[in-house]
Amino acid sequence: MTFNAAALLLLIAGLALIGWLAGRARSNLLAGRAGTKLHSRPQYHGWYVALWLFAPAAIFLAVWSSVSPALITNQVLTSEAAQSLPAFGFERGAILSDARSVAQGDQAAVRLPAAAPLVKPYADASHKYAWIGIAAMLALALAGGLYAFTRIRPDFRARSRVEKIVMLVLLLASLVAILTTFGIVLSLLFESIRFFRLVSPAELLFGTTWAPTSGAPQPDTFGGIPLFWGTVLIGAIIAMIVAIPTGMMTAVYLTQYAAPAVRKWVKPILEILAGVPTVVYGYFAALTVAPALREFAVMIGIPNASTESALAAGIVMGVMIIPFVSSMADDSINAVPQAMRDGSLALGATPNETIRQVLIPAALPGVMGGILLAVSRAIGETMIVVMAAGLSANMTANPFASVTTVTAQIVKLLTGDQEFDSAKTLAAFALGLVLFVVTLLLNIVALRIVKKYREAYE
Amino acid sequence: MTQEDLTITDPKMKAHGVNVFYGEKQAIKDVSIDVGTDLVTAFIGPSGCGKSTFLRSLNRMNDTVASARVTGQIELDGEDIYAPSMDVVQLRARVGMVFQKPNPFPKSIYDNVGYGPRIHGLAPSKADLDVIVERALVRAGLWDEVKDRLGESGTALSGGQQQRLCIARAIAVDPEVILMDEPCSALDPIATAKIEELIHELRGKYAIVIVTHNMQQAARVSQRTAFFHLGTLVEYGKTTDIFTNPKQERTKDYITGRYG
Repeated sequence: MTFNAAALLLLIAGLALIGWLAGRARSNLLAGRAGTKLHSRPQYHGWYVALWLFAPAAIFLAVWSSVSPALITNQVLTSEAAQSLPAFGFERGAILSDARSVAQGDQAAVRLPAAAPLVKPYADASHKYAWIGIAAMLALALAGGLYAFTRIRPDFRARSRVEKIVMLVLLLASLVAILTTFGIVLSLLFESIRFFRLVSPAELLFGTTWAPTSGAPQPDTFGGIPLFWGTVLIGAIIAMIVAIPTGMMTAVYLTQYAAPAVRKWVKPILEILAGVPTVVYGYFAALTVAPALREFAVMIGIPNASTESALAAGIVMGVMIIPFVSSMADDSINAVPQAMRDGSLALGATPNETIRQVLIPAALPGVMGGILLAVSRAIGETMIVVMAAGLSANMTANPFASVTTVTAQIVKLLTGDQEFDSAKTLAAFALGLVLFVVTLLLNIVALRIVKKYREAYE
Repeated sequence: MTQEDLTITDPKMKAHGVNVFYGEKQAIKDVSIDVGTDLVTAFIGPSGCGKSTFLRSLNRMNDTVASARVTGQIELDGEDIYAPSMDVVQLRARVGMVFQKPNPFPKSIYDNVGYGPRIHGLAPSKADLDVIVERALVRAGLWDEVKDRLGESGTALSGGQQQRLCIARAIAVDPEVILMDEPCSALDPIATAKIEELIHELRGKYAIVIVTHNMQQAARVSQRTAFFHLGTLVEYGKTTDIFTNPKQERTKDYITGRYG
């Protein structure tokens, strides 16, 4: 007997259906009596019973599925057979998971001999906790269902209760994203703290040499400045030089000049551009743009020209960001009241003068917010830089040279053979935390600017 | 005085057989009207009668509406404003407009007034622009209220002040005609009184056309009144005649408040 969450979910859904029918039947019965008028229609009583039956049991099921593996492992570790396990690390985990797979029937025999004596304790523990879980869940379902069933009266306001429960469910759904964010921050934070026990935050933030794998003769160094510089050079400088003017001009054209028919075609095409997977842009950057730029650089005699260049990654990233900038600018320009445009045109200004002197200044805060959001997207972008910018941590202003970014280094640190407690791997989490904090701040500032600006015209 | 006789000997603008369409829908049907040089002309009529549409065709602001189409002839000083040779930008500098809702730019008071002269190159130097801005604000009756804070944003003024700022902005490019589209409908009675007073003072300097649905206002500020109904011009004449002795039954019904 193992704990099969999907089957159990079906079981309580079936029970809820019975509850629904029972609740409806009972309220119909009540309604049938002379002189009674139900406050709510019978199906609301049915829903009330079904929800009370289903929701607590389902929540318990969710919690239990995430908690019970730990409980099982704990019990196994107290068994005699577990005392001979290695104390830490990769091996211990591998043995445990091997034993678990056999106990659950996922694999026929143990792969590691040390896991064999653990199979039986594992099977016993899973069995025990599965039964505890199922019993508790059924008890909760029945208790909830009975509680709701006994409350059915002609004047019981099942309709309003159901409304309230629905609201709660919606609230829970919206909490998922927020809780996930918290979870991500916490996991980043814990791993980063482990990293900062090995390497000081000052070294990461202000050190100028990035050499996490320099090998035995020299100690590893984790100076983040070259990475931050590479990130800024590609995401905030080159990409924006491409994206801001192009995006702005696109927005101006689409909002002010384009005939409705043109707009109808160009806008969806831009949106498709925004939906292209970044790995495709990465190919484009690495295979088409970068070699072309290198040839160009060699031709005009620029030193250190590499096939992996900041310029290639930055230009392609800029192209990727164009739809983003243009749609934010489009929204901001459209938000400027028509009266403003009319006022300028009525003074004999040309459309171009109107755009430059009235519309863009009025739309500027919104556009700025959009640009900050675009920057925060660009510096978090990974695939393009991994494929086109290279991995060498150079501090250079030469856009034809190879640079690396925070995201590219995270990928590098986490791919290949790895130990999850070395400074090298933990550095990835610390870099992730830095990136997270920076993009979070950028987003907060940008959203504030955009909001303030919206208020100005409402 | 020309205002005493009905015929306008020297019309500033002449419209003849004008039709305006929005897509398939005809908003103005065969309207002919002369606008006098030294007069205030009021367009009155119930909501949706087309008076604003007609006003907007006098400086081709209808061009900004993609579906709008104008036929017939409208002349400014004998020149067809819908002729291909007409420069719309120049036309709008000669025929200024004040809108229903005050719409100052989100710029300083000074820059709001200076905007038009700057784009038209009317002020070669800063000193010239200072003179133009001051004169426009004085004419719009706003100078004394704002002379110490020309650098403040135009949007920070009160509604009535904003509307006078918009009038100053229109005056600053030295137009020949000023079109006003219900300029007081968003203002309180005191601000309205100030605008009406201002219209009196501007009379004679500019040909003024004002759209209003406030009949008392039309009676107070104008010398000529045109009554529009369902896209047609029902009656046009001296304001005193329209209000005391209308020739058309529909005009009389509207004036006496039987509909509208």
